[in-house]
Amino acid sequence: MSIALIVFLPLLGALLAPLAIRYGRNACAATAGAASLAAFALLMSHLPGVYAGEVVRQEAAWIPQLGLSFAFFVDGLGFFFATLILGIGLLIIVYARYYLARQDPMGRFYAYLLLFQSAMLGIALSDNALIFLVFWEMTSLSSFLLIGYWRHLPEGRQGARMALAVTGGGGLALIAGMLLLGEAAGTYAISEIIQRGEIIQASPLYVPALLLILVGAFTKSAQFPFHFWLPHAMAAPTPVSAYLHSATMVKAGVFLLARFWPALAGTDIWFLIVTPVGLVTMVIGAFIAIFKHDLKALLAYSTVSNLGMMTMLLGFGTPLGVVIAMFQVLNHATFKAALFMSAGIVDHEAGTRDIRKLGGLIRLMPIASVLALIAAASMAGLPLLNGFLSKEMMLEAAVHTEIAGIPYLVPTLATLGALFSVAYSLRLAWFGYLGPTRESYPHHPHDPPAGMWGPVALLVGLVVAIGLVPPIAGPVLARTSMAVLQTDTLPYYSLAIWHGVTPALFMSITAIVVGATMVALYRSLSTAHAALPHPEAKAMFDRTIAAIVALARGVTGRTQTGSLQLYAGIIVAAIVAVGLVAFLQGGHAPGAREMLPVNTPAIVAWAVLIAVSGVVVFAHVSRLITLVLTSVVGLIVSVAFLQFSAPDLALTQISVEVVTTILLLLALNLLPRRSEPERSAAARWGSGAIAVVAGLGVAYLAYAVMTRDVSSISEYHVALSKPGGGGTNIVNVILVDFRGFDTFGEIIVLGIAALAIFAMLDSALRGASARRLAEMLPSRRSGDAHPMPLVVATRVILPLAITVGVFIFLRGHNQPGGGFIAGLVVAIALIMQYIASGYDWAAARARYNPHAMIGAGVLIAGATGLGSFFFGAPFLTSSYDYFHIPLVGEVELATAIAFDLGVFLTVVGVVLLALFQISRVEHKADRTPVPAGPYEPPYDRQAAPRVVEPARDKEA
Amino acid sequence: MIETAALVCIAAIAVAIGLNVYRLAMGPDILDRVLALDTMVINAIALIVMIGIWYATDVYFEAALLVAMVGFLSTVAFCKFVLRGNVIE
Repeated sequence: MSIALIVFLPLLGALLAPLAIRYGRNACAATAGAASLAAFALLMSHLPGVYAGEVVRQEAAWIPQLGLSFAFFVDGLGFFFATLILGIGLLIIVYARYYLARQDPMGRFYAYLLLFQSAMLGIALSDNALIFLVFWEMTSLSSFLLIGYWRHLPEGRQGARMALAVTGGGGLALIAGMLLLGEAAGTYAISEIIQRGEIIQASPLYVPALLLILVGAFTKSAQFPFHFWLPHAMAAPTPVSAYLHSATMVKAGVFLLARFWPALAGTDIWFLIVTPVGLVTMVIGAFIAIFKHDLKALLAYSTVSNLGMMTMLLGFGTPLGVVIAMFQVLNHATFKAALFMSAGIVDHEAGTRDIRKLGGLIRLMPIASVLALIAAASMAGLPLLNGFLSKEMMLEAAVHTEIAGIPYLVPTLATLGALFSVAYSLRLAWFGYLGPTRESYPHHPHDPPAGMWGPVALLVGLVVAIGLVPPIAGPVLARTSMAVLQTDTLPYYSLAIWHGVTPALFMSITAIVVGATMVALYRSLSTAHAALPHPEAKAMFDRTIAAIVALARGVTGRTQTGSLQLYAGIIVAAIVAVGLVAFLQGGHAPGAREMLPVNTPAIVAWAVLIAVSGVVVFAHVSRLITLVLTSVVGLIVSVAFLQFSAPDLALTQISVEVVTTILLLLALNLLPRRSEPERSAAARWGSGAIAVVAGLGVAYLAYAVMTRDVSSISEYHVALSKPGGGGTNIVNVILVDFRGFDTFGEIIVLGIAALAIFAMLDSALRGASARRLAEMLPSRRSGDAHPMPLVVATRVILPLAITVGVFIFLRGHNQPGGGFIAGLVVAIALIMQYIASGYDWAAARARYNPHAMIGAGVLIAGATGLGSFFFGAPFLTSSYDYFHIPLVGEVELATAIAFDLGVFLTVVGVVLLALFQISRVEHKADRTPVPAGPYEPPYDRQAAPRVVEPARDKEA
Repeated sequence: MIETAALVCIAAIAVAIGLNVYRLAMGPDILDRVLALDTMVINAIALIVMIGIWYATDVYFEAALLVAMVGFLSTVAFCKFVLRGNVIE
């Protein structure tokens, strides 16, 4: 069966669970459980194959040129992790059903949980390094959501942010590392990469790739010095801690190290980084755990310590180390998930998980306590339980490891780690569950429903079974280790309770004896510990983040001053400098083209342009006068287009000019009337110099280009316009045919721009900005808002203008015109009505919706383009033919006209939407009463009612 | 003959536009400037027609028509802005 389906079934469940909550909490949990169970069953269908040594691989190409393919594979390692993820996941789903309180949104919880499950399965099963990275990021994001599930708790939000910052940051390093690794290996297929260890380790990219990948693994698996996020992630609901922070997510880093072990391990640098990091993490984590009072914090540090142990074992670089690490993954997942769930039960039943307030629980909740005690004994490494086995094997391996030439260093520290873990396990057991019964519980504790202790019992059953009969774990361990090592031969190891009198036995005995003594002397130890310095990771993290934010603000504040003059000055000066360099390097002989004779209109236009520009320099303080003067520029440009035989451009420019003027006037109403010069005279002279130099440069460039005979694509367009596009108006044929795809993109951009204007100005209608606006609007009002002559004139013009628009549209393909100009003309005709007769009058009579027009325009243009697929032609291929229509005669119809219709509709919609929205801002700002405070979310309605100021009366 | 007439016309329009520019620059009021702009639009229509006659083509007449049809809207918008402060009420 499909492997990808295993990954995506939980994702489907994540979509369905929030829907199922409508049918009750049981339905919701059952939906989530069914999705996981189906995935589990699918996974188990691979069991016979995987244990026969097969590797099932499935691949669908995605972007093969980039090495990106949708590839999954199941081998021993992937199968092992996927089983853990789904098996413990199922138990957690059952447990969470009883754990979550009635007011907790359960649908959201299961959605996040299954999203996370899907991401983890993706990590375990993907066979493409790039897809692997996507799933890796998905686990960071979904764990962020899960940790912050109780969003009303500040610790939850802060812990979620910290986890995301650390694991997400490590994820970034991992992306870089994976890309380097893929580059070194020459493939992104994971199953290939792990067989090319020698090539990779010989590559110069090996060291940087290794370092980056290790950062990714260490952050995810909470290795020192990145371990601090894990205890803060304990703000999550307990099922999340049990799932993510014991069994799955934190093991992703270990999985990463194991998966790429054949490719990366075995070198000195691997050993010298991974082993010490793991060793230090193991000791420090265990030490901190002893003195934690919160059950979950204790377990979190214990998890850090155990992850350190796995990392250290993988760091040894020996096959035996790998076998023990995998055994420890299995054992730790069972006893730690059981312990986390037990902590949740204590919290749930007793109302506290502070060890100092607990005691004697064994008499109050016997079933749950016995289960927790067994799991704690396994965590301590006591005999006859599975934790003992892997700890013995680890100690034995540590004896044979020497680091930096110092004998006894690794074994001593490993024993120290084991000793500390005995101490914190016994402290948990003694002060929490045994000891004198207390009466001061917030709730009176008793055994929880079977749904809560059942999953714990199942895991504890495994703990005991493996502990008593170690060989039952044999096949799993062997197959998983073979997959990690990529061999069929494993080193000698024996899964047995009694190994004879070995150094490891003495180390174990030492650990248990000294650990027990420490618990007996806990009170004095605790006083001594309190005197030690306690570096607080959260404060350091917060300081670091604050420093980064301050730095970013500083840089932004210096570079982004908000002064448009400065930005424009720098940009133009830079362009001038680049142009100057090119100018000085190249030759600049005058062009050979003959000059055209100068005529009177041209001289007039030229003189007017210069004069008006000169006036603007002095009159720009008043924005309105500037606008009047720049209208002249638009007018002259239209005339210039005509002079140089570009009627299409002239028609467009004339219409654009009108729309622009109205748009700017609308905007001007929202701006201060005058823009006083804000800068010194010297700065203004400097800007003037830059402007003059840039203007002269552009003028020279234009002169140089126009005096040369440049062969361009124009000849091609001229020659092919009629035979290729079926139209004699080259401009229009270029727009709708030769460059149809460009135009298509442009109308989409236009539509998006209009929607953005709509959305952004919509918020200007509310809150503080609306209040500012209302104060700024001029209060003087005079004259008639809707003078009768204007109303009559515009109503007469409306049909005329629309006829002109339709005419210009229809003949556009062969004569000046087309959808763009026609759209502008029709939009102007409609805006006229709004100006003359008022917004309300016109809006009440409008039977069109600008939003729909934009959407329809883009859809029609797109559909025209897609239509060519039906004839086997590429996107937007146009076609035309001649038809004989009675009375009208011979008519040419091109498919391009449908495309042009799309352009037309989009342009009308965009112009109307933008202008309406801007006019609506003013319209609303001076009429609606503005609330005194910012927008209040509805759930705050319980709070004291705010006093709302009466709206200011503008007219008064 | 027509060429001479066209030249004279163009020269006259040019002088008119020059005077518009003077009023545009000098003001003194915003109303003078808006009126100058409006007159300039009319002069531009005339100029466009003259260019059409000069080049003996009818394509430009449409441009003149379009300016005549929509050009006045700018003036209306300016006036509404000056008088009412708001263009679309």
